[in-house]
Amino acid sequence: MSETSTPTTRNESEKPTIIEIRNFDFAYGDSQALFDINMDIKEKEVTAFIGPSGCGKSTFLRCFNRMNDLIDIAKIKGGEIKISDVNIYDKDVDVIELRKHVGMVFQKSNPFPKSIYDNIAYGLRIQGVKKKSALDEVVEECLRGAALWDEVKDRLNESALGMSGGQQQRLCIARALAVKPKILLMDEPCSALDPIATAKVEELIHQLKKEYTIVIVTHNMQQAARVSDKTAFFYIGKLIEFSKTDDIFMNPKDPQTEAYISGRFG
Amino acid sequence: MNRYFHNELYDLRSKLILIAEKATQAGRLAVEGFLTSDLEKTQQAIKLDDEIDELEIAIDRASVRYITLRSPVASDVRLIFVAIKASHDLERAGDEAHSIAKRTRNILTRDGTVKNTVAIEEMSKVAFAMMKDAINCFLEEDLEVAQSIMIRDKEVDRLNKENFKKLSAALREGSIDPATEIETIFISKSIERIADHAKNLAEEVIYLLTGE
Repeated sequence: MSETSTPTTRNESEKPTIIEIRNFDFAYGDSQALFDINMDIKEKEVTAFIGPSGCGKSTFLRCFNRMNDLIDIAKIKGGEIKISDVNIYDKDVDVIELRKHVGMVFQKSNPFPKSIYDNIAYGLRIQGVKKKSALDEVVEECLRGAALWDEVKDRLNESALGMSGGQQQRLCIARALAVKPKILLMDEPCSALDPIATAKVEELIHQLKKEYTIVIVTHNMQQAARVSDKTAFFYIGKLIEFSKTDDIFMNPKDPQTEAYISGRFG
Repeated sequence: MNRYFHNELYDLRSKLILIAEKATQAGRLAVEGFLTSDLEKTQQAIKLDDEIDELEIAIDRASVRYITLRSPVASDVRLIFVAIKASHDLERAGDEAHSIAKRTRNILTRDGTVKNTVAIEEMSKVAFAMMKDAINCFLEEDLEVAQSIMIRDKEVDRLNKENFKKLSAALREGSIDPATEIETIFISKSIERIADHAKNLAEEVIYLLTGE
């Protein structure tokens, strides 16, 4: 393996770059987790991160909305991440503002213990939106956007905790959409869902990419193959290969990628 | 629930129907060129061969891509395997049409017209009817028609053998040019091969519908 993790990259898309990562190094205390990552993530595409546990894919994802700021020992050792040409680790960047633009959905759905309606309206209310008609409009728009409206429109005032796991995850996606992000980060969003709920979330991802840039971490390689336009393979903190999903799964350039996706790893 | 990528299967199915139609059209044009001594029709048949080859490659690529990225199962995976096998059969049927057209062109260049058509018209009617039915049974998922195609292949085999005997006799009598006799035997054999490919298609449809 090479010392740096400049990946094998082919077939650059024509779409504009929204996230630009250059020479990015990241560590937890003395333990370096990411090595010299270089990558361009394109607008309104789905980019999947795959790799074995501990390879750094979730850590990398959480760098895009500075979620790692919450960990004391987390440290950027070098390089930069620019979103829409702004270095998100600049001192004058407002992290709250950044997270409005970069929404996140987690492995385990985490609805607030509130009504379905209030879950969606929450973000807008803390932004100061009080007008009922404006909130109604956004709630409906987001629930429709998350393919959930028809299932819940008659019980908007019921607790979100009474929904099925798959519905709760789509509610979390709807909640993330309410603040109009440009980018949606998804950290194994289907790992706790059954195949039908997984299929619904995957369909939703396919619909959402018309409007949003999506970056998804998944352990499920078939899911990466189904939902993403580009796939990045990480191994021990290095980006080994990043290319069109078709190329990664049909004809990977790096033998390590081939070994991983074909189950011959280790 | 239909997934967004299921449309790719409809596209694959459409490509398969298109290659089947083009292979049949090429065969018909080539045989008509032979029966009516029409050089123009043989040229049209030859031109279609490239389109058929390109479609076969497109079907293979789409099939491999679907298997790799979509993890198909059950009837979806059967459709993919049928698409790969059927497109190969249809490409070969297209090659036979190409061969008929070229041999007809040789005869026309040498003799001016085709003088001895033996049972080519009769056997081509059976072979192209088999091809048409094979395509229809795929379109309409008609198991009964698919099974009936198997039996009709024997009639084409019989006519091919008959042609061989008639042409050999004509050669012995000196009523046919030896080169034309050989070309015509090969044309007859090509039609017999087209019928074989139609039979293979029918077998593939049976597998698609029953999994057996």
